[in-house]
Amino acid sequence: MREFEKGVLGVQLCGSDIIVKTLIEQGCDTVFGYPGGQILNVYDSLYKYQDEINHILTAHEQGATHAADGYARVTGKVGVVISTSGPGATNLVTGIATAYLDSIPMVAICGNVPTTQIGTDSFQEIDITGVTLPITKHNYFVGSVEDLADTIREAFKLAKSGRPGPVLIDVPKDVQIAQCEYEEKATVQKDEPFAAKDVRIIEAASIINFAKRPFIYFGGGVITSEAQVEMLELSEKIDAPIGCSLMGLSGIPTDHPRFLGMQGMHGHFASSMSMHNADVILSLGVRFNDRVTGNRSKFATGAKIVHIDVDGSELNKTVNSVCGLRGDVKLTLQKLLPLINEDKKEEWMKKVNAFRVEEETYLDNREGLTPRRVILTLNKHLGENTAVCTDVGQHQMWSAQSLNFKTSRRFASSGGLGTMGYGFGAAIGTAYGTGERSVLITGDGSFGMNLNELATAVRYNIPVVVLIMNNGVLGMVRQWQTLFYDKHYSNSVLQRKTDFAAFARSFGADGEAVTTPQDLDAALARAFKTEGPYIIDCKIDKDEFVLPMLPPGGSMDDIITKLEVEV
Amino acid sequence: MSRYTVAVLVKNKFGVLNRVTSMFRRRQFNISALTVSETETNEYSRITVVFGGEENAKQQLVNQLYKLPDVHSIKEFDDNNAVSFELLLVKMKNEQKSREDIRGAAEAFGATTVDYSKDYITLRLTDSSRRIDDFINLLREYSILEICRTGSVSLEKGSETIRQNLNL
Repeated sequence: MREFEKGVLGVQLCGSDIIVKTLIEQGCDTVFGYPGGQILNVYDSLYKYQDEINHILTAHEQGATHAADGYARVTGKVGVVISTSGPGATNLVTGIATAYLDSIPMVAICGNVPTTQIGTDSFQEIDITGVTLPITKHNYFVGSVEDLADTIREAFKLAKSGRPGPVLIDVPKDVQIAQCEYEEKATVQKDEPFAAKDVRIIEAASIINFAKRPFIYFGGGVITSEAQVEMLELSEKIDAPIGCSLMGLSGIPTDHPRFLGMQGMHGHFASSMSMHNADVILSLGVRFNDRVTGNRSKFATGAKIVHIDVDGSELNKTVNSVCGLRGDVKLTLQKLLPLINEDKKEEWMKKVNAFRVEEETYLDNREGLTPRRVILTLNKHLGENTAVCTDVGQHQMWSAQSLNFKTSRRFASSGGLGTMGYGFGAAIGTAYGTGERSVLITGDGSFGMNLNELATAVRYNIPVVVLIMNNGVLGMVRQWQTLFYDKHYSNSVLQRKTDFAAFARSFGADGEAVTTPQDLDAALARAFKTEGPYIIDCKIDKDEFVLPMLPPGGSMDDIITKLEVEV
Repeated sequence: MSRYTVAVLVKNKFGVLNRVTSMFRRRQFNISALTVSETETNEYSRITVVFGGEENAKQQLVNQLYKLPDVHSIKEFDDNNAVSFELLLVKMKNEQKSREDIRGAAEAFGATTVDYSKDYITLRLTDSSRRIDDFINLLREYSILEICRTGSVSLEKGSETIRQNLNL
């Protein structure tokens, strides 16, 4: 042993040590997870190297994946989650799928039963590489300790290269125990980003130069490739207003004069209308989800779509573009910009401004604790660097519509999968990622799914302000039932008696309930001074609507901007 | 709807076929034939996919294949740039009244008798998929007991190979 340790190339280590050493080598300083039988050796190694790598124990493996996801969203680094085999591994599934649909870089490491027992249905054995095949960029079953370090390195490279995503590594227990030589290597770099082909860029430039009513629609790809400066320069050059998908939010400051806000099913009126009236839609790092386009056959029928995305399979997947450019958004825009003529478009700007003025008339300015007022009150307390997380439902859309974003990568929300219960885990991860207080905006339905993670926030004294928009119903389900199901409120009325402030106290945190904007303001002031987690239970009405609303399968002509429902 | 043949060179590793077919399933690609074979090297296996659909669906299939890390390279084939063959085995009832007709059909298509008894005849035909379809249609006049086809395998004409095709 001693001779080996002094070897020229490396040291002799067991598999679990190699896992932890390779994670450290790859620049990972915080991991989230939960121990169990088949991952015990890795936890022994985490104990050994605890000065170099920080492990956060969550209440449930799902919370750990969402935490790793939130951490990755705010830092741009690869989020890492560790679990045992069987149920530990299957508990990762929703979190991995969430990261997959939103293109978040993640590495998940699971233990498994020893290789001799694989395939025998032994205790806590599950074929997790089979289970996660359709929800990972790639996954690995590591059958030999010699492959372990390089597999982890490859996983990190894959997770962060091109269009990022989750990668899973399944490691049987005997591979964690077996020994082999380990040689420390440099942190792997992501694949070199590349610009789209010149011929495509020239084609795109000629389309854009002829545009009379250009519009820029961007998504998560702009945040990933950090293409904001180039995008804004292009917008200035050609007088193009900017809108985004849910995944694009926080990409540019909300108060940027060119920015019209999110678009789509619950997007800003001016943003959706401008896109609908555009003659050229320059689409950057987006994938034309059905929540953005509505009925695709009626979507922006008068517009030519120029689409830049690093993932070639997104071009012409759901919407046919006139010009598809496969490449990194930033690098492609850099090559495109010099070919674009400066052109001011007064008429188009007038029209866009008219949409903005019209939008003002639809804003909800009622007194009292309305959803919009909750978010506007919160805005006053948010710092430049505060990450805001949401769960899924009405509160998520109200947040997307009215939050005032200042800094890129400070919004974490499950856009693609729409995972209720995502938020609390994510808020824990974003707090570690930013090193600052996080905010979770949630509903009483979503919060009920993973409120167990309050235990984690209390244990580690993580500053998370939890704002529950509590209406006693599953609000988005109710909204649909009101509009499309004859007010049959089937299983959407919660009828619970949860006292969230008392719940907070029982977990060792603090909280209060509020019923007016003034109370909320004061409660937020207290919450933002609290060291650990703090819960604010905002009582809102059960028949609030998210507006505007594009009915499913509808087009901009069907947009609902005002709604009065008799209750 | 058109038919497309796509050859895929993949890493010769456990589970790769599953990754490829799993992607076809979840994206609901309409695959009419699929063959997997060893290649000139241990490192790679070759999958030949025959796919029916529109041009943009085929393009989506190719794009999605490229996203699988185990895929090394892809080549799209048509009748002009490739040679494609398929192997058919067909077992017929051997009856007095149809014996001569079956023999005549086999002769016309160049099929070989590979097994023969007084009760049945087994024929082998190597040809294009379309010719094999025609042959089977002809044999349907008589009593087919069992059919087995391999699905098409294709190689590009000329000196180019799929391994050179790394232009993603």
